Amino acid sequence: MFRELALHILDLVENSLQAGATLVTLEIIEDEAADRLTISVSDNGHGMDEKTAQQITDPFFTTRSTRRVGLGIPFLKQATELCNGSLTIDSTLGQGTTITATFQHSHLNRMPLGDMVNTVLGLVVGYPHVNFVYRHSAGDRRFEFDTRPIKRELGAVPLSEPTVIEYLRREISDSLAQIYNKL
Amino acid sequence: MPVKSLDDLKRIKEEALAKRQIRNASARAHLTVAMGTCGIAAGARDTMKAILDAIEKDQITGVLVTQTGCIGLCEYEPIVDVQLGETKVTYGKVTPERARAIVTEHVVGGKIIHEWVITR
Repeated sequence: MFRELALHILDLVENSLQAGATLVTLEIIEDEAADRLTISVSDNGHGMDEKTAQQITDPFFTTRSTRRVGLGIPFLKQATELCNGSLTIDSTLGQGTTITATFQHSHLNRMPLGDMVNTVLGLVVGYPHVNFVYRHSAGDRRFEFDTRPIKRELGAVPLSEPTVIEYLRREISDSLAQIYNKL
Repeated sequence: MPVKSLDDLKRIKEEALAKRQIRNASARAHLTVAMGTCGIAAGARDTMKAILDAIEKDQITGVLVTQTGCIGLCEYEPIVDVQLGETKVTYGKVTPERARAIVTEHVVGGKIIHEWVITR
């Protein structure tokens, strides 16, 4: 369905936001030595009971009333399993949810990570009342992008002002280029 | 976060505040991009990118751009709502090209592109 893992990540984060999260932490660990790619999305949303957490990998389960299928998580689970990986769901009602997807990094079927810059930028600008922490490591290089100090500094200036968009885009893309040793 | 980066942010903030004082009287627009699984599968992430790129490139201030979940019109995704003054319209099948045109003609120019509007 999706051709980039970034779109699956976006879908997971959208689930967190539908669950009322005010803080979403995205972590990507690219461990080529162990040949592992790990993606996790943690939120402080309303969480799920055990039964619901088990049902969300079923494509014919959805909590929404606008349509009868929920394909995001089932497709991601399938993608991990095609790459010697797995999908785990850890959720506590009233506290939040963490979804972790693992893949064999070098697997031929593994989708590319894709456009992380525009995925994270869209979320940060698109949900101004939510805070995001984005951690990404590749080997021993890592970065953390946290919207909290940025918003404190900006005060009343909206995130969708052109100069702010430009700043956010540069912060994220420069950080990514650094861990990939392209700067 | 490096200190230099926060210094940049201070400067951006001051400049943006100064600009907003001048343009405070201008109409404020609010764009909402639907980003449910259906929207994402139809290309909504790149629609969002096209909108932000247009705002950045043309230095359009005073526009709020937010994302929302599935609104139940999956077959028309990507969907973008545009609220300009009192009027709100819903655009369907908003490709990045359409998104750019909507920003230029509707958000900046004030002219609704009726051909792409969907009625609920």
